[in-house]
Amino acid sequence: MRNKGRQGKLSANNMTIVETQHFSLDQAHLKSGEKLGPLSVAYETYGQLNAARSNAILVFHAFTGDAHAAGYHQGDAKPGWWDAMIGPGKAFDTDKYFIICSNVLGSCKGTTGPDSIDPRTNKPFGLTFPVITIEDMVDVQKALVDHLGITKLLSCAGGSMGGMQAVTWAVKYPQYIHSAIVIAACHRHTAQQIAFHEVGRQAVMSDVAWNNGDYYGKALPARGLAVARMIGHITYMSWVSMEQKFGRKLLDKQKLGYDFSKDFEVQSYLEYRGQSFVERFDANSYLYLTKAMDYFNLAEGRKVSEIFKGVTSDFLVISFTSDWLYPSSQSQEMVRALQAEDADVSYVEIESDYGHDAFLVEFDDQTRAISHYIAKVGRERAGLA
Amino acid sequence: MIRLDYEIIADIIEPGSRVLDLGCGDGELLSMLKMKKNCRGTGIEISPEQIFRCMERGVSVAQGNIDSDLDVYENKRFDYVILNESLQQVLNIEKVLNDSLRVGKKVIVGIPNFCNLRARLQISFMGQVPVTKSLPYKWYNTPNLRFLSLKDFRDFCTEKKIHIEKSWYLCEGRKVVLLTGLFADSGIFVLRRE
Repeated sequence: MRNKGRQGKLSANNMTIVETQHFSLDQAHLKSGEKLGPLSVAYETYGQLNAARSNAILVFHAFTGDAHAAGYHQGDAKPGWWDAMIGPGKAFDTDKYFIICSNVLGSCKGTTGPDSIDPRTNKPFGLTFPVITIEDMVDVQKALVDHLGITKLLSCAGGSMGGMQAVTWAVKYPQYIHSAIVIAACHRHTAQQIAFHEVGRQAVMSDVAWNNGDYYGKALPARGLAVARMIGHITYMSWVSMEQKFGRKLLDKQKLGYDFSKDFEVQSYLEYRGQSFVERFDANSYLYLTKAMDYFNLAEGRKVSEIFKGVTSDFLVISFTSDWLYPSSQSQEMVRALQAEDADVSYVEIESDYGHDAFLVEFDDQTRAISHYIAKVGRERAGLA
Repeated sequence: MIRLDYEIIADIIEPGSRVLDLGCGDGELLSMLKMKKNCRGTGIEISPEQIFRCMERGVSVAQGNIDSDLDVYENKRFDYVILNESLQQVLNIEKVLNDSLRVGKKVIVGIPNFCNLRARLQISFMGQVPVTKSLPYKWYNTPNLRFLSLKDFRDFCTEKKIHIEKSWYLCEGRKVVLLTGLFADSGIFVLRRE
């Protein structure tokens, strides 16, 4: 394939060195009716595309992730965000499959987003960037897959917002995928999910530095974005995982301070998470991506069962027992609707205390389900050995 | 060695049938039906560990509860619904059987005989709730919710106007033809609505 030789190289210490690549797209027609372009899409690939181009799997990142799903960038100490799942002999086995991961539209990790330069003004888009949807992200990915010369994906897979993209692929482009792996996700955002996002957005927008999204080259709305991330982190963990990790442990002190300094470890953890997030994520992207998820509703006035009329792919749905942000009940709702539509659907609820974060933590059980599932789809639907 | 009950069930089912296995366990039967009979099968199972085993076998399976999860399927979606060694673990027997007969053209039920000879002897002469090879659980750790004899099941079918098309009686991997209520440790029934 075009990228042959650029991936899977081993560095001196035997780590797989990968590079982010870029694909240009003239124009995207957005669900809102607006047009956006030209666009740049950051993506990475792992493994080799076979001659029949039948072993490609598209992996989607979650909210604040990026195209760097696996392997190491030259000089980096940490691998990609799903490295435990993608690699030789892993759940997404790069000895057998060609894995693609791209950064979503509207993000700030290499694909065009609100922090990108608007060619019309030579300034960052800021709030002039159009509001985007999960469907728009998927359309851009579809263009990338076309560009790579792949007419049918063996699978597409992701957790959280990545799972929303996977199920959207199955509904919007059924003839282009053999299977969808939908992890810790939903077919529509609920009032509670929208509410948490709204609090995050309000935190960003009430930071005076946010300045209606026009802060590039000036002071960042760091405090607002940090608070938004703190709220997010609470929703990603579970009651049990917070209790186990922090309990009521005090922070470098023997007794309570009886003031409003930080007393508890959990406070300092949230502060740290908030601060480090500010260094790696753009506040406007935070607004746009949360909005995209809030708009996500595949039913759109129809009954849930009608969403999946016309799907042709197989499905693997995974949820986690302690995930209260995207609870199992939402996955089960999708599973039932798929069963009603006579789709081939497998579903497992994995036992975990890690809450919504579980899809980035529970590798053994996910690997057990996913590796065999992909092998089955390859055998039965794509003619892979 | 293939389990006799699996062999009997596989013999019943016509090639290419659509099958729903309720309480499919580790998926061995579904995998066999897929390979030998080219069936399109899927299972419902409550235990995640068993689901992982199904997936290792390449069997399609969804975690769920057969007491409540059959409503989604349209009438006669499946050629066969299988309830092998699972009906006695169900809370609402009548609803599950009715649902099964609704979504399946035929239903195959495999149940243990809680009143076989050994069990009767243990109750009568030892004064104990029976623990035998075919009924291995003790009273405090059994997953079974319903304790029935093969006769009880046949009577239930008569009462509910469920037609028993065929039946087999088994004891320790052999078929039993005489005094089945005493000597059989399990039975397999093919059911359809009258």
